[in-house]
Formats: sequence, C-alpha cells, structure tokens
Amino acid sequence: MNVRSQVSMVFHLDKCIGCHTCSIACKNIWTDRKGTDYMWWNNVETKPGTGFPTRWEDQEKYKGGWEKNNGSINLKSTDKKRIVLNIFHNPHMPSMDDYYEPWTYDYQNLFNAKEGSDQPTALPISKVTGEQINVESGPNWDDDLGGSPLYAENDPNLEGLTEDQRAQLSAIERLVFFYFPRICNHCLNPACVASCPSGALYKRGEDGIVLIDQKKCRAWRSCVSACPYKKTYFNWFTGKSEKCILCFPRVETGQAPACFHSCVGRIRYLGVLLYDADRIEEVANLPTEELIEGHRSLVLDPNDPVVAEAARRNGIHDSVIESAQKSPVYKFVKEWRIALPPHIEYRTMPMLYYVPPMSPVMSVRNEKTIEHVSDNLFHDIDQARVPLKFLANLFGGGHEAKVVYALRKQKAVRWLRRALTVGDVTMDQAKRMLNEADCTEEEADAIYRLTSLCTFEERFVIPPSHREEAIEMIQDPHERRQSAGFGFLSGPRRGL
Amino acid sequence: MDSAQQYLDQILFGVAPYLALIIFFLGTIQRYRAQAFTYSSLSSQFLENQRHFWGMVPLHYGILVVLLGHVVAFLFPRTLLAWNGHPVRLYILEITALIFGLLTLLGLLSTLTRRLAFSKIRTVTTPADLVLHLMLLVQVGSGVYLAVMHSWGSSWFAASAAPYLWSIITLDPDISYVLAMPFAVKLHIVNACITIGFFPFTRLVHVLVIPNPYLWRKPQVVRWNRDPAAGRGGS
Repeated sequence: MNVRSQVSMVFHLDKCIGCHTCSIACKNIWTDRKGTDYMWWNNVETKPGTGFPTRWEDQEKYKGGWEKNNGSINLKSTDKKRIVLNIFHNPHMPSMDDYYEPWTYDYQNLFNAKEGSDQPTALPISKVTGEQINVESGPNWDDDLGGSPLYAENDPNLEGLTEDQRAQLSAIERLVFFYFPRICNHCLNPACVASCPSGALYKRGEDGIVLIDQKKCRAWRSCVSACPYKKTYFNWFTGKSEKCILCFPRVETGQAPACFHSCVGRIRYLGVLLYDADRIEEVANLPTEELIEGHRSLVLDPNDPVVAEAARRNGIHDSVIESAQKSPVYKFVKEWRIALPPHIEYRTMPMLYYVPPMSPVMSVRNEKTIEHVSDNLFHDIDQARVPLKFLANLFGGGHEAKVVYALRKQKAVRWLRRALTVGDVTMDQAKRMLNEADCTEEEADAIYRLTSLCTFEERFVIPPSHREEAIEMIQDPHERRQSAGFGFLSGPRRGL
Repeated sequence: MDSAQQYLDQILFGVAPYLALIIFFLGTIQRYRAQAFTYSSLSSQFLENQRHFWGMVPLHYGILVVLLGHVVAFLFPRTLLAWNGHPVRLYILEITALIFGLLTLLGLLSTLTRRLAFSKIRTVTTPADLVLHLMLLVQVGSGVYLAVMHSWGSSWFAASAAPYLWSIITLDPDISYVLAMPFAVKLHIVNACITIGFFPFTRLVHVLVIPNPYLWRKPQVVRWNRDPAAGRGGS
C-alpha cells in the first residue's frame, strides 16, 4: 500500500443553477491575459449540448484519454510509438475554430462614428487579429439550449438512446436540461501528463494537483489532444499550454479555489482523499463495467488505523490525515456512494466527482392522472424526463446501475424530509423508500445536512500544505533574507 | 584589389565561422539560463491546422534527412567516398538527397506563404521569424541549386568541404579548399554561418530541446515538495 493524498472535489449537480459565477471568478483571476482569452479553465455546459470545445466528448474525433488493448492501456492520441511521426503536426488537435475566436467590441465607434442616419453600433473586434469579425460561436453558445435543438441533438452522450428517448428530451412542455460545470479533474492517471514529450506536466506528490511547468513546455501540444476532457488549453500567444491549477496559491493558504468560493448554489465540495497509488495501473486496466467500483476502491478509509499508519510512513502529515477524516468528498464518494466520476471510460481516473441531477418531478402519468405516489416509489426515476441512459453515458461509463443507485438515494432523502416537514408523505412510505434505496435514517439525515445546510467549513476541508517545511528543506531562510524571492524574476514574455 | 579580396575571404571563411559558433553557444546558453520560458517551438497549429500539415511535415522531415547527410559526410568522408565508388549507389544517394532537399524547400515556401496569408498567423509572426525564413530560403535554395547544377555533391563534399570543416573544428582554418569552389557553395557556407549566429535569437532554439527522454521515461510524472527520502513517496 502506497498511500498518497489528493485534494478532491464533488459537484452536486442537483444544486447547480447555471449562473456561471464560477467561470467568471476563474476568468477574472487567471485567464484574462492575451492568448488565454478563449480559455475557460472553469466552464458550465448545458446538457444535452455539444459543450466546449464543440463535441469534446467525441473521442473518435479528438482521440482523448486511454484505450484498452491487449491487456494494457495506451494513449488514444500520440503515445511513445507515434510521437516521432506526430510531433511536427498533431493530427487530432482541436484548433481555435473548435473553441471560438475571442472578441471584444469597438466601443470607440459609439462616440467617434460620423454623423449619419443610423445609430452607431459597437462592432465586434477579434482579440487575436484586431480585425472586425463576424461572431459565429462563443463560450456557452448553446447555454440553456441556445434557442435551437441543433446543439442538444449533437450531444455525443445521446449515443445508444432510442428515438423515443431522444424525442422525450425535447418534447414540448417537457423540455429538459441540466448544467454540467467542469474544471480540470486532477486525475490519478492523467493522459495529459503521460503524453507530454517534454515531461513538463506533472502531478504534485503532496496534494495531487496537476500542473504544467511553463519553463519546460515547448509547445509540442500533445496534452491538448490527450486530455479527453479538453481541459488543457494552448496559449497561442506565449506558445505554452495552460490549465486549471485548482487555485493552488489559494489552497496552500487555506482558501477554497475561486470557483468553489464563489459558487452561488453551493454545489461544490472540496476535501482530501487518501488513495493507494500502487493500484492505479491495475484499476485503470479493469473492464469498463468494473471501472467505477475499482476507482472507488482506490480511495482508502482515513479512519482505518492501518491506512493512517501507512500514510504517516509515506510522509503524509497528521494534519492532512485529519483533514481526510473530515473530508466531505469522502462521504459523498465512499460512504454514501452518490458521487460518480465523469466519463470513467476514458480511464484517466478523474478525482472530481458529480452527484447526478434529479429530473423535474413527473407529475403527469397514465395519460391524465396526476399522482405523486405509486406502488413503485421510484417510478419517476425510471421514467425521468432525462433518460437514464443519457446520465449513464455521462456518469456511469454507459451502465445505469450506479446512476440509479445515486438517484434513488437522493430521492429517498427528499421523501424523508417531506414526511418530516411537509407531512404529505407518511413516515412508513419514507422508511420503505430509504430501505429500498439502501439508506439508513442517520445517513439520510447526514446527506440532507451536507447537501442543504452545509457551512463554508463543512464544504471546504482544506488540508494545511506545510509549504514552510518544504521550503526549509530546499533553502535556508536565513541565507535568503532580504533577497528578491523565488521563481520567475522576469515576466513570462513570448520568445522570438 | 587582390589583397582586399584575400582579406575578405579570410574574414568570411576563416573568422566568421568562429564568430558564429561563439554567438551560438553563448547565446543559446545564456537564453536558456535567463529566459527558459522563451524556449518553445511557438507552434501556430492551434490558429490554423489545415495548411499547417503541408508545411510542417515536408519541412521537418526534409531538413532532418538533409542535415543528417551533411553530418555523415563530415564525420565519415572516406566511407562515403568508398560507398559512392559504385555508380548505382551514388545515383541513389544523390537522388534521395535531392528529393529531401526539394521537400524542405517546398515545406519552407508553404510555411512562409501560410504565415503571410492567414491574418491570425500574421499576428504571431515576429520580425525574427521573417528574417529566419529568408535565411533558410537562401540556405535551402542554394543547397538545391548545388544539387542540381553541381552534381555528385556527396562526393565533392566529402573530398573538399569535409576537410575545410575539419580544419575549422581543429582551430587551424584552411580556406584554400573553399576558394576554388563555385559562388553558390560560398554563399551556402557564408549563409550557414549567418544562420548559426542568428540561431539563439530565433524560434530555432526548439531544436536544442527535442524531447528524447520521453521515449524512456515513466508515463506519469510526480513532483514532491518535501524531501522524498523523508517518506517512502518517490515518483
């Protein structure tokens, strides 16, 4: 057992209101520089929808992630064997057209326009060339389905759905969508890291944050192709790739990442998971249907004295083990088992989990009767407006069972609360549901509390990073007194 | 006039190579030390990736083979002369070299026109890029011209250019080999020196950081802040 710690995340989709506050918080801090304007380290997609970049989940086109062949896994894009052939031109790399051309507006024209019979307008100006452009796409172009079925119809997750199921998604007055906020998953088996010819990408040993060494990146672009979630971006101006850094300067000082901190719906949870690094390769190799269970089995119980001892032996600080014991992520992922990894079939072992969203309540059934209760208490999950198959493609690796489990438990918790606070459901019914959903009353109460009443401290249990110890090992602080500091002494300017 | 000519030849072929090499080594090392961030191939594939293929692939494969040919002829001139002793083998070598030289030239023209044709690419084109393109055009153009007009270059390179290059390397420059050569060869040599001297100030530095360790490193990279010896950790 080789215990390591990972700062992990849960996004509770049932609470996401799609306000994009997270995206804006991130953009204002990290990606408002030239060359990064088009990047959205955090973005919120409408599902069903084609996402950002367009159809990023279509791995036939982009060749992201890993594929299993003959007992081992290989990168779907460029691996060691193909790097020599593909280094000059990366055949599966998305170009700016797959994202969008960033633009601003020529506001001066509102003041400087010559006198005429028309009201002057602020024309869109490309932030790349400075020329006038015709805006054809942008971030969240298909937000809230964008007024057109075109985007929803082209969602790669619709694969395997019947015509009826597809029609059901967009039926008049039953039209349905939900939000899918995304940041870098800081995977355990990151394809971006494995693909980098320069070895510029790395995973931090202490907290598992995946970063790109800007001084080692040489613009070979392999990471952009290899990341199946398309969360490494190419800075076209500096000629370096960049990605979500999980706001590590904030996390190291005990603050939640900006997107977490600003989340209006309080959907985001952050905490430490301890995992067994020796088993990553074995688990990444499992058959698709066993991946979710295998991924979960990598996460170790921080309350187990054997695990804690092994963690200590590996140099994990007691304070970090303590954080792991209080981790909200551990509860969602391991104890309650209602948080699932996105697209586990890409085999990168993502460490960002999602609680799948409940569909709007199905009130109309059997042509005309309106019933909230039936013999089959979970009828509205099986016949939900969002077909289970669609959610399974996103969060279940194509298999419905894990998604059903998570939805049933959530519904049982809701009905227990209804029995307790509204009273239109009997306690007997609620208990029967809990029983069928594999949930005890205490567990339901804990889920309810962490979902609905959670405080800041409960949502974000950030481990102390002990940078002071790390720095003391590399440099004698006394020797460095009054010096200029570490790291970059010149600005990150583009080369000749 | 004669002495002026001699003086100029001495500067061009006896002194300029050393100047170029000194600038090359000092420039690249200092740039790596002071501005490691600027070591990048500065790929523009993200901004335009259709034409990119037709420029980059022929240019790079072409120039790799052509440069390899120069290095082999420089290191093993006798072996090469012996190989060329057989006419068929000579023809094969010459034709291969010409094909890859032409590939390089076409690739170069393609990248240059791409750079000028697409407005997005123009915004990431620096004056250094244009100068570099010009120098490479002269270099590859004169090379292809030589391959066509002065046949059997693989043999006369081994016989005349290799000894000249060795005399440079051994710090005992003997420019008499060069003086008898046609103008195109002299141009090729002088322009090579200019390119090598200009090298540290261009995107060409990406050649020095080719990612060979990738072929034998482990797929995953882990970096630790604390001393790995303190815990079992390690990468």
